[in-house]
Order: sequence, then C-alpha cells, then structure tokens
Amino acid sequence: MIINHPLLGPRDAQEFVYLGDASLIGRPDGMTEGAVDAFHDYLYLRDNPAGEHRELWYHEQGDRSWLVVTRNTVTHEVVSVEIARDVARKMGRSK
Amino acid sequence: MTQIRRISGGRIDRSKTLNFTFDGKAYSGHPGDTLASALLANGVQLMGRSFKYHRPRGPIASGSEEPNALVELRNGARQEPNTRATVAELFEGLEAKSQNRWPSLSFDAMSINDRLSSFLTAGFYYKTFMWPASLWEKLYEPLIRHAAGLGSLSKQDDPDSYDKGFLHCDLLVIGAGPSGLAAALTAGRAGARVILADEDFTFGGRLNAETLAIGSDSGADWAVKTAAELVTLPNVRLMSRTTILGAFDHGIYSAVERVSDHLAVPMDGKPRQILWRIYSKRAILTAGAIERPIAFENNDRPGIMLAGALRAYANRWGVAVGDRLAVFTNNDDGVRSALDLQAKGINVEALIDTRANAATVNGLRHIRGGEVVNSSGRLGLTSITVRMANGGTDIIPVNALGVSGGWNPNLNIASHQRGRPVWDDAIAAFVPGADGPAGLSAAGAASGAFSTHAALQTGTMEAVKALAALGIAAKPIEIPKAEDAPVSITPIWYVRSGKGRAWIDQQNDVTVKDVKLAHQENFRSVEHLKRYTTLGMATDQGKTSNILGLAIMAELTGKPIPDTGTTIYRPPYTPVAMGALGGRSRGEHFKPTRLTPSHKWATEQGAIFVEVGMWLRTQWVPKPGETTWRQSVDREVSATRQSVGICDVTTLGKIDIQGTDAGLFLDRVYANTFSTLGFGKVRYGLMLREDGIVMDDGTTARLGEHEYVMTTTTANAVPVFRHLEYCRQVLWPDLDVQLISTTEAWAQYSVAGPNARKLLEKLVDQDISNEAFPYMACGEISVCGGLRARLFRISFSGELAYEIAVPTRYGDAMIRALVEAGQEFDAVVYGTEALGVMRVEKGHVAGNELNGQSTALNMGLGKMVSKKKDSIGMVLSQREGLNQDDGLRLVGVKPVDPSKLLTAGSHFIAHGKSTVAAHDDGWLTSVVFSPNLGHSIALGYLKNGSARLGERIRTINLLAKTEVEVEIVSPHFIDPEGERLRA
Amino acid sequence: MPEHRLKSLTPLGHDKPKTTTHGPITITEIVDVALASLAIRRDQAKAFTMAATAIGIPLPEPGHYKANSTYRAFWLGPEQWMVEAPFASHEDIVAVLRPAFGATASITEQTDAWVRFDVVGSDLPTMFERLCAFDLRRHGSGSSTRTMIEHLGCYIVIHSDEKFSVIGPRSSAHSIDHALLTAAKSAF
Repeated sequence: MIINHPLLGPRDAQEFVYLGDASLIGRPDGMTEGAVDAFHDYLYLRDNPAGEHRELWYHEQGDRSWLVVTRNTVTHEVVSVEIARDVARKMGRSK
Repeated sequence: MTQIRRISGGRIDRSKTLNFTFDGKAYSGHPGDTLASALLANGVQLMGRSFKYHRPRGPIASGSEEPNALVELRNGARQEPNTRATVAELFEGLEAKSQNRWPSLSFDAMSINDRLSSFLTAGFYYKTFMWPASLWEKLYEPLIRHAAGLGSLSKQDDPDSYDKGFLHCDLLVIGAGPSGLAAALTAGRAGARVILADEDFTFGGRLNAETLAIGSDSGADWAVKTAAELVTLPNVRLMSRTTILGAFDHGIYSAVERVSDHLAVPMDGKPRQILWRIYSKRAILTAGAIERPIAFENNDRPGIMLAGALRAYANRWGVAVGDRLAVFTNNDDGVRSALDLQAKGINVEALIDTRANAATVNGLRHIRGGEVVNSSGRLGLTSITVRMANGGTDIIPVNALGVSGGWNPNLNIASHQRGRPVWDDAIAAFVPGADGPAGLSAAGAASGAFSTHAALQTGTMEAVKALAALGIAAKPIEIPKAEDAPVSITPIWYVRSGKGRAWIDQQNDVTVKDVKLAHQENFRSVEHLKRYTTLGMATDQGKTSNILGLAIMAELTGKPIPDTGTTIYRPPYTPVAMGALGGRSRGEHFKPTRLTPSHKWATEQGAIFVEVGMWLRTQWVPKPGETTWRQSVDREVSATRQSVGICDVTTLGKIDIQGTDAGLFLDRVYANTFSTLGFGKVRYGLMLREDGIVMDDGTTARLGEHEYVMTTTTANAVPVFRHLEYCRQVLWPDLDVQLISTTEAWAQYSVAGPNARKLLEKLVDQDISNEAFPYMACGEISVCGGLRARLFRISFSGELAYEIAVPTRYGDAMIRALVEAGQEFDAVVYGTEALGVMRVEKGHVAGNELNGQSTALNMGLGKMVSKKKDSIGMVLSQREGLNQDDGLRLVGVKPVDPSKLLTAGSHFIAHGKSTVAAHDDGWLTSVVFSPNLGHSIALGYLKNGSARLGERIRTINLLAKTEVEVEIVSPHFIDPEGERLRA
Repeated sequence: MPEHRLKSLTPLGHDKPKTTTHGPITITEIVDVALASLAIRRDQAKAFTMAATAIGIPLPEPGHYKANSTYRAFWLGPEQWMVEAPFASHEDIVAVLRPAFGATASITEQTDAWVRFDVVGSDLPTMFERLCAFDLRRHGSGSSTRTMIEHLGCYIVIHSDEKFSVIGPRSSAHSIDHALLTAAKSAF
C-alpha cells in the first residue's frame, strides 16, 4: 500500500502504524457529567463501513506525523490523506 | 556422449561447450541451453517420475509452465529440489538429478502405484485414510509423508546470501516478447522511467522460438536490436532473469531476480537472488500465451510435448526432440509448428488435425478430421494410434509428438487481485478482465492479440495510453511489417476413446476420469474440482492444465465455459526460494540489534546477554568458579544490598518534553499529577490507556521551568512515544509541547546500595550529600573533572540509589570509571536478573504485572489516579467492572515451606477446592529466589488480595505439575517503610 | 569545555572512526558533528525564524537539507529541524543555541543519539535501492528524509550524486554498518 503523505509525497505503508477510526479525534471531556457513557461510546462504538473509512495512521518511520487517511475498505483505494493536527483543529480541538 | 539430437541453427553459442551431468552421467551442451534443451539434444527425454503414480515423464514445455521435468540441481548444501529443467540455465559443471524415483529413473519401485491406480483416484486421501482414527498418526501420516513430496532438501544451511531491494518506475512492462519490447521502446523513447522484466535469460520471448520476420529481420534479431536500443536509454532498466511474482495494492509488484542461479557459485559478495519490490505508476502485462494440450489416452509418455515446445527446441536451441515427429492440433498454430519442424529438416510423419474442414497443407501427410487416440512406448514414445475421420485407425511409429489444443493468454498476474478473466470465443480462451489490478493493462498474446503484428501494435498503444494517464506524451513506434494471421481454432479438450487414462494435469496425475469422478460425486464448481482432484496445484499451478479440467467439467454439467468460470491465480507466479523471501534477515542479522554503552566492557567480562526487544542487555556477569546462573545472580543481589551495585539502564526510554504546556500535558497523559512537581525533582508516573488499563510506568524529572525528561519501560519506549505524539497532535493540537526521544543520547547507569553515594562522591564534581541531593532529586552535574552529566536520585531496587547519565560516547569510559571507583566497596555490576530479583523484593511492578489487562487498582496503585483532572484513562478506570471489591490485587507470596520453589504462572486455588477454572483465584506473575530472605518469593494477582494477607492458599501449575502451599504477604518484602531510599 | 579524564568511543566502539572501502564505495563513520533538535514553540514562528536567520541556521522545507557556513540542518517533522554544527566548537550545542532562541524554541541535544555514516562513491542509488524504499533517483542534492533501513528509522541526506549521509540510531551502529557494507558488496 502507498500513502501519499501531504508533506513528503507517496510513501510505503510499511513506514506507518495504523491506529483506527479517525472518530477517535473527538475525545470527550473527562470532567463533564456523564463522562463514563460518553467515553464508552467514544472508545467502543465504531462504524465498520464497506467503503470509505477515515482512519488514523502514524508515520512512525518517517516524520512522526499523525495522518487522517480516507481509505476505501473494499478496494483499498486511498482517497485522501490529511495532517491529523489540521483535521483536529478544524473539528474545534485546541488545548 | 555426443549431442545426437542437435541440429543446425538456434540461438546457442556453439563455440563453447559446457559439461554437465544428469543422474551421474556426463553430457555436454552450449551456452544458451537450458538443462532441458541440453538433455533433449543428448537424446534424453525421460527426466522424472510423476507425483502419484510414478509414471515416466519428460518435459512437455520449454518454459516456466513445465509440470513434469522437475529435477534436483547441484549438490551438497546448494542442492535444490523441484527446479524446472526447462528454465534451469546450463553452466559448466552443473550436476542434476531426477527425483521421485527409487532406485533409478528407468526402474522405479514405486511405479507399483500405477498398477494400483484404481485405489488412488481423486479424493483418495479423504476416502482411504479416514478410519480407524487410531491408525492416522501411527500409520497413515508417516506413510503419506514418506511418499509425498518430490525432491529432497540438503538439510544444510544455504551457503548463499539473498538480498532485497526497492525500485521505482512510471511503467513496468512484464515480459519482453514482441509486445513488451514494443511497449518498452515506446515508453523509453518518450523519456518515461521504464522497467522491462522477463523471467528468461534473453529478451524476445516467443520471437526466439519462431521463424516469423519483423520487417526485414528475423523476429529474434529484431528483439536483439530493440534490446540494444533500450540499453542505451538511461531511463530504461532491463531486467532479465527477473520474474514478476505478484501484483499488490497501489501499483506495487514483487519480483525475484536470479542474479547467480546461472553460475556454479555466486561471485564474491553477490547475492544468489534479489527480491525486488517495484513501485510502478502503471504496468503492462505482456507475458505472452501458454499452449494447452489435448488429453488422450497415454498422452503422458516422454516425447509427447506441446507443439510450440517442439518448435521452440528446434528453432531456439537447435534440437530435434525426435527424428520421426508428428503433430496433433485443433488450430492453425499447430500447423505452423509442423511446417517449422519440417523446414528444419526433421521428418514430420503426420499432421493430425481434428478439423475435418481445415485447409489442406501440402508437403506432408495431413490427416484432417483425425485424432490421436493412444500411444505406446515404455520409457519413451515409440508410436501413436490415430483414428481417421472415417473411423479407421493407423499406428504411426514416431518418437516425438507435438500437441496443440490452442493458446491461453498468460493472464496470471492480472487475476492477482481477484481480477476475473473473461471468455473470448474467437480464440477459445480466457483473456484478462477489466477488474484486474488498478493501473495494469494487458497487451499482445497476454491480452488475446496473438499475431506478431497485433503484439507490436497493442504493446505500443497500451504504452501510449498508460503514459498519457501520467501526463507523458509518447509517440507510437513505427510498427514494422509482421505476420498478422487470424486465429483459427476448433476447441477440443480430450479425445473420446478407450478406457485408459488421459492426462490433464501431469504434475498432479489428474486424468479426465478424475474430473468425471469429481462431477459424479458433486464436486462441480471449479473451486471444488481443484481441491478434490488437486488439479492445478503444486509448482506449475496448472498453467497448462486448468482450462482442460474446467472445460471438461463444463461439458459434463452441460454449461458453457464462461458460466462454469475459472479459478484465479494468486502470487507467486512461479515458485520462490524461501531464502529470497527471507533476504538478508538470517542468523545473526535476522534483525538489527541495539547495543548498550556498556556492551564492550560487559563482553570483556564474559557477561551473559539477554534480548529485550532489539536490545542486548547484560543478564548477569558470571565470576570465575560460578557454575550456575543463580550463583551469579544471588551474588549480584547480595552485594548490591550489602554495599553497592551498578547496572546499565540506558535501555529505558527517555523522552524530552518541552514547552510552556509541558506540565499540563503530563497531567493529561499520566494518571497522577505532575504540574505540581518542583524544579530538580523526579516523580513516579503511571500512564493509563483510554480504557483504564495501565499502559506503562516510569519516572519523569523536571529539569527546567518548561523542560521535563520522561522515562518509559524498555519495552514500551516506542509505543509510549507514539502515544504522546498522538495526544499532542490529535487530541490537544494547540498545547505548547514538543517531544523528541533522547534514549540513545545518554548512557545511563543505576548505582544502588548503601555505599552508592560514597562511590559516586568519588566521581561527581558537586555536593551530593543527602541534604544537597535528597531522595527524588535530579539535576545537571559534572563528573570526573568536568564532563556534563545528569543525576537522578531514584531507586528501583529499594536501596539508596542514583541514576547517572553521561553523553553516550562516554558511556564506555563511565562504566569503567564506576567499576574502578567501586573497587574499594566490592561493587558489583548486576544484570537484568538481579534487577528483577530486587524489584520483586521491593514489590515494584514490571512487565509481568503491566500485562495489558491490569488496572492501577489491581496493582495497589488505585489512589494514584487523580480524579481532580482529566487524564487519559481516568474516566474509564472508574468503570464498575474494574472496581469490584473482590477484584485482583497485587500481593506478595512466600512458600510456607521455605525450601519449596515457586513456579511463575501458577494459579491460586484455595484449600479444599478442586483444580478447575471456576476456583481460580488469580496467579503468580513474577517469581524469584531472594538471597536476602533465603527462599523463593513472588508477586501475584489474587482475588480480593489486599484483604487476604496472612491467608494460606495453594499455588498450582498444571503444566509444570507443581503444587506449593504459600502464605499471602505484603508485596514489600524488603524495607517496607522505605528507609533505605532516603538514607 | 572543561578538561575531564573520560575518553570517548565512536558509535562503532573504537577510538577512531572506521572507514571501509568496497569497490567504488567508501563508508566513513562521522563523529565530528554536534546535533540538536530545534522545535518551534507555539505562536513563536516569526521570532524563531528571525533567531535562526540571525545565528545562521537554515530552516529547510519538508524533505530537505540545507547548509550554511557553520550550521547545517535537515527537516525532522512539522516545525522541527535537526541542526548540525562542528563538534569541536559545539560540544554543548544546547548551551550555544539557547541564548539565540530564548523562549521561541525547544532545543534538545541529539549529538550522541545517532550514528552517522557518510557514503561516497559513484552510482549510489544502485547501492541504496538495496537498502530503502525511498525513490533516490527522483530526489536530488539537498533532499533528506527519514526512512527504513533494515527495520531501523534512519535519515538519509543527499549531498550530491556521489555523497549520501545515513544517520541512524546509535545503538544499532553495527547493524547499520553491516547493512551498508552488504549493500555495497551486493551492488558493486
């Protein structure tokens, strides 16, 4: 597999480590009411689409960027690759 | 022996002679020969025995699709079984042996199987060896294992090396026949990066085996000219002896290059083979076509071959397989083979053509509407029986027969990603479908374009198309004039006659009858057919046989071939040596190693090393006279507890954490609080996963206002760093925190024991008294008169202890300085075993307790999880299920009888309870022998453990068959108040 | 630097750097370079860049390496570089850089975390295509990247067609040395 790194161009997937569903970016606040339920859903409830899937990959043997890779789970086509930090900021995550 | 079957012509170098042996007998050939062509030139047709029935067999093909001529090459450690004689390049001194025969190839005792064939039909394994079950292990399996397999292994280490590598190109061209050469030339001239790979040792593919002209040149000469131009193009890489093995995601192809297989011994330093990973943007499959046989009774005798192979041996290698030939065909290409052979001056006795309406061929006996129904000859063909169109028969004495049932596009690679071939009636064969690997197209015969002109034309146009997709404008090459005959074929798969066996798959001894039996027993899908009969398995993967099998099944089920479907291929295209897949990763270099800064010193001391991940750590350092590891470890522990010991702890992960939010960041990633940690102080930290399970532990030191250095366990250094980057980049992208690993930058030694300070005072330039440098202090210091160093007053052993770090280049000097300074205290250097003993004595958790299933509460560290702040894992660590009162708790364990040794992994079972899982109360995680206490001690997880101190319980290990009564105690065996730490 | 009595060893464990020659290839262990990582603190990009310019540290783009007279640098990751300087004058490199960058940067000494081999010779891609998946022929002088060599994350710096640097984890110096030499022998 090839992942087209937004900064470094096409790289062999062997250089990366896979984490999982990019919905992990949306970590709940642990100090709010009902946090246990929120964390349960956050950590354990996942979609398992046959088709496009946004997932987190880490360029461990490269620049150590976390990336959001949109991959078609049926064809393995990589549709887009983004820097996870940018995606997280767009989702409103900050400090 | 003279080469009695050698005729004129061919692309071999007759100026040189190569000597070789087959089954101990000496023969000669020429450069350009394969082992098969050289043996045939010497009149040797019999090259092996079949797998199941031990029938005498010779080659049927001239390329890698060969099912029969499997031989052992070379001898000694280089002996290599199951190589195909048809692709083994001849070299001086080659030794080859036949396989699967005893005592000799011409008399094989196992050919008794042939007489027993009625018991050995399809599915015989499943039917014969079912019961009684008691016979399976003792009788059937050893029997089958003995009979199974063809060649034999050398059972010695392979003396050759193998390499691997990575190549990049715009266009990969798979196969260097007319279409491949045209494609490569088109793309090469356009300036694209091209790789042209072919499994053969020469370029040209079928052009070398035929006599057709391209322009004013012979096809073979055109190939030479074209390759010569390609060599001059710096953007084109020509790779002969290179087989493309498989197509993988995103244009990645694997290939094996046989760098040294054509040499007796590889040149110094050169690998035998290289496994290449090729990154291509586009690829064209120009792998040609493979001829298929027509099955008839006793069609497996040596001398019966594919017609194209007979033609190739004559044209390319100057070999007449026999001096009286016949050709049996259902298509025009078989006619061409007969004419080619006749043109070489070989006596063609008959051309048997199944097509009654075929155009008459003059100048030879053309039997139209005829069929070959049988053959004779014990170890080689002596005659064929032909049934005429009028029903009469004729026996024709021949010693070679060429059979052509048509050609199958070689679409193997195109189906590697479940690409489904589609049936083309015009050529009566499957062609690559549209759903093959992305970026791959087919051209030439591989796409069903069989004429030379069509090969050149489609190769050129596919290259132009592929490059256009990459934004590279390529001009089609001018196509030279070439043969452009249409395909004329009347499909026929097997000849209906007699009761004898007609062979489809000669490698697996599958006959027409076997297919009929599979049908009768309802194994009718092509996938079932394959598994039930073993059709298409083993080294050739049915390259010549699959279509026959499924066509016959189609006929039996009354369905057309496209509806019957076809099995698809998967990598590798041809067999690959395990050595090539392993590459350099063998023996000492199986994986890289990491050496600690004290490695050189420790090696000099005769230290025993243990692999911890890639690290080699000192496990213990034996002294003269010590005969068991326990003696060394007990001494190291005792000396450390009584005076002082030194240990290399460089392998612990070190992560430099800086930034104005570094403290806040640590609060988030550790369960306990760090933002309150003062300058120059160290704190123990517990790191959880988001699910509340403990991930890692370690200490973090605050070196400056916004500067911390975290340590991790050796094993988790990489995962923890990855996790911290995840937290920093993904979860809290605006925190001001920067990370970098410094594990390797500092050589770090633990100095532990009552005399630790005294020892270090001899080396450290500053005041490190208890007042100036108390427990859990840290700071930048200097040693030995000014070398920059870091000192941390932390302890894993429970003793007064420090960790001292110097730049790694001074690590060797530092261990020597420590040992020298320690002499007056009888200091020891201790390894990971003593480290382990001391941490168990102190009740510290390590890898066995940090097992990925345990919470802080399980470890007795539940209070460390701060609920006043959000941190990774805080919320879910409060889940009800992880907080049961009777949950597992870390306890200390000692045997009631001190002379009894405990066994790690033993389970707690209460007295009076049976040894079943329902009564399992937990287990021993870590067991050591404590020289200080004089008996075995352990840590363990025990249900409701903290309430059971003083209880006696059994520890049972069913694997080791041990049972020891133990007492549950505090996990802190030594200095529970921690007075030593603060001394 | 104050005098002290400890003697340093090279990453391969010798007193002097090792040089190996095979055919057209020379592989040399390099020890006279000090290294520090330099990362931008939040919202300090402008001041950071000015500080770097003032002291003469180049800040190359992703995937690149750049040299000035005293300082050379290669890109490590977003907002992070590795700075090289002569070891003799920069043994305590953080102490030298800290005053120049103040609170704009996180600076970490990296000198001894790495082993560096300079590989000199003709047709280096033919050797390196046996080591890493990086498309060496597509990336010319001034390129730099981290990639896998024998399972190890290593930086490659392409100084010219005939000179590459390989900077890998120091503890695996022997494994990297062996990999380089094996590739040289396989290729030439």
